[in-house]
Amino acid sequence: MTTDKITLSIDGREVSVERGATILEAAAEQGIDIPVICYHEATSPNGLCRVCVVDVDGGRVLQPACVAACQPDTHIETDNERVLRSRRTILEMLNASVDLDEAPEIQQMMRACQADRERFPGAQQRDAELIDDNPFYVRDYAQCLLCWRCVQVCAEDAQFTFALTLDARGHDTTVATAFDIGLTESPCVFCGQCIGVCPTGALKPKIEWGMERGLGEDELRALTRRRRKRARENA
Amino acid sequence: MNGDISEICARYQGRRREALLPLLWDVQMAQGSIGPAQVQQISHTLRIPEADIFGVIGFYTLFHAQPTGRRIIRVCADPACALADADSVLHELCARLHIAPGETTADGEFTIEHSLCLGLCDLAPAALLSARGEPDRAIPQANADSLLAGGASDYFTPAGDANSALLAGGLTSAPQSLADYGDYAALRKARAMTGDRVIAEIEASGLIGRGGAAFPTGLKWKFTRAASGAPKYIVCNADESEPGTFKDRVLMEHRPHLLLEGIALAAYAVGTDQAIIFIRGEYPHATQILQDAIAEAEAAGLLGGLTIEVRRGAGAYICGEETALFEAIEGKRGFPRMKPPYPTTFGLFGKPTAVNNVETLCAVPPIITRGADWFRSIGTAGSAGPKLVSVSGHVARPGVYEIAPGLSLRDFLEGQCGGVTGQLQAVLMGGAAGTFLRPGEIDVPLTFEDLREAGSTFGSGAIMVFNDTVDLRDMLLRLGRFFQHESCGKCFPCQLGTQRQVEILKRLDAPLPGDRERLRDIGMTMTEASICGLGHTAGMAVMSAMEKFPGLFEAE
Repeated sequence: MTTDKITLSIDGREVSVERGATILEAAAEQGIDIPVICYHEATSPNGLCRVCVVDVDGGRVLQPACVAACQPDTHIETDNERVLRSRRTILEMLNASVDLDEAPEIQQMMRACQADRERFPGAQQRDAELIDDNPFYVRDYAQCLLCWRCVQVCAEDAQFTFALTLDARGHDTTVATAFDIGLTESPCVFCGQCIGVCPTGALKPKIEWGMERGLGEDELRALTRRRRKRARENA
Repeated sequence: MNGDISEICARYQGRRREALLPLLWDVQMAQGSIGPAQVQQISHTLRIPEADIFGVIGFYTLFHAQPTGRRIIRVCADPACALADADSVLHELCARLHIAPGETTADGEFTIEHSLCLGLCDLAPAALLSARGEPDRAIPQANADSLLAGGASDYFTPAGDANSALLAGGLTSAPQSLADYGDYAALRKARAMTGDRVIAEIEASGLIGRGGAAFPTGLKWKFTRAASGAPKYIVCNADESEPGTFKDRVLMEHRPHLLLEGIALAAYAVGTDQAIIFIRGEYPHATQILQDAIAEAEAAGLLGGLTIEVRRGAGAYICGEETALFEAIEGKRGFPRMKPPYPTTFGLFGKPTAVNNVETLCAVPPIITRGADWFRSIGTAGSAGPKLVSVSGHVARPGVYEIAPGLSLRDFLEGQCGGVTGQLQAVLMGGAAGTFLRPGEIDVPLTFEDLREAGSTFGSGAIMVFNDTVDLRDMLLRLGRFFQHESCGKCFPCQLGTQRQVEILKRLDAPLPGDRERLRDIGMTMTEASICGLGHTAGMAVMSAMEKFPGLFEAE
């Protein structure tokens, strides 16, 4: 394939990139850091968090930098007032619904655009009981921000296990198994890939979770080993 | 319920994921819900993971993963029905059955639910009745007695006149038969022309889409015809769900052959023999009429080799968005796709697809028969041809009317609609995704360009009229609830914004300092950063109300 270069401007800088490059890639080459939440190199991009929106030629709507391809001779602004309003409002609304205490990167994004952590008083949080249904990891969906990555790696992006899905819709959307069965009854093979791509503390190995709670060695062992394994060890 | 669905699954043997919604419908109708045992059988039949099937059931409100009553009564909660006191119908049903909305009676006989707009806004209040093993029925002018007794589903929307182009001859209670419609003369005429020539005629007519986005129809067909890939598809978007919009329902129920001929013309022009009508699940009557009409046209040999399949949606406003509609046909959760690529090159099953609204396709046969010049002679340069509008709320004669664009809203309301009942307070143009006009603004001509200029929208042609007895805050809350319920949840601005918006709309009587700025930031963020048209318009009515009726947002 021949390299086909196009030129455009990003935040006032003339740049030359390969045709087909995303705005996110082109900006990164210039050392311009556009924040992203849902985007991950290992998963198919869905352009859904919209924190990475940028202004292209003052168009009617903003463009998601993670998936939008650079167009020749366009002028892109990555942090003008319009962009910052959307970015800030999304983060403020997200913070009102989701426990982001264990998502330091998102905390940093909020500071960078001066998001108000108390912007939406009286907001309904996405509360969820901690799910502890297997010896390997716990699921705390109060920290889930619905980036879809866990569902994607469980399916066609990596493992082809299809233990997980999205249930309901809108703000009530949850990550779930079929009929909310426990993971040990589901097709889950405990490959751990979902934990690897989770951007918050929603999915966590059980050892880590126990250590954070100050559990001792025996308690941790009891947490993660089931009866048969313990019997084998005692034999 | 014995739970065995082997007979149903046998009919789907060899099919794949695209058959999921039809199969789920068959099970839902037979069993009243789709539980774990059924999902396992469906999984084996269509070879889809159980979790995926569960996720699809959870997306569509007319499917139930949990057991329901033998009869499900759904009462509309959207504006036009609210004005006709639909809430009282729902409360009376619940009081008599001793349950809350969303619950099932102890004897397993009734489940009562809210419904989104059923497109019977002129015959409000409306309800949708599902009885296990029987076809669903939409019930107009519903009351608790009749709904509990099984409901009468005869209804008739007054509309049209002898000179009307789309509804010529006016309407009777029955759908127009093939004998009355004629033998598809426009299609015969087109077959003597090339597909390019047909497209040129549609382009010359100035026809633009009637679904709300107003895209030039001829151009869409040209792109689809020129795209490489086979088969190509014509998809008729009959997922009419915008609250206050019911003109497509009237067309389908009364002029099924006009629509089928329009679809056949589109297929001929684009160069395909594959067409699908995706109709919302809340339109069971129109669904049956279309199926009968297709059988009639096929038997008469009028469709040639064209296959027209009717696909039933299952309760999701988002599926009116064209790419979400593709996902639904493909057996998935109805999430809108990112664009580009656009449907004309990468549409249904990844193939070139032209998606057209019902009314748009219905305009095609008369254009071919009477010529582009005739079409252009009606309306204005920017809004060529006759346009149907759906009128509900406080007018003497709500219904569907055909107008020549350019007529002022005032003349229309005072003429065909028989005048406003009571003192006019506001007009909501374009449905839930629309904007308000004040009484002093109704001299605006009803055209796409004039309404756009006035900061309003023609949209799908919905006009809701509110007199001064209406609590506009309550209307805004209903619109907010509608979007909160119908957001698919894919992109953060809309998923979170529709939720935050409704939280603030709930306290409009006692707003917190800064609520107006919050609503504006939410609205602008949804408008500018969402993936699809639902999000882009979910804050429109609220932002419009803030501009037109600022008092609504101030503490009393």
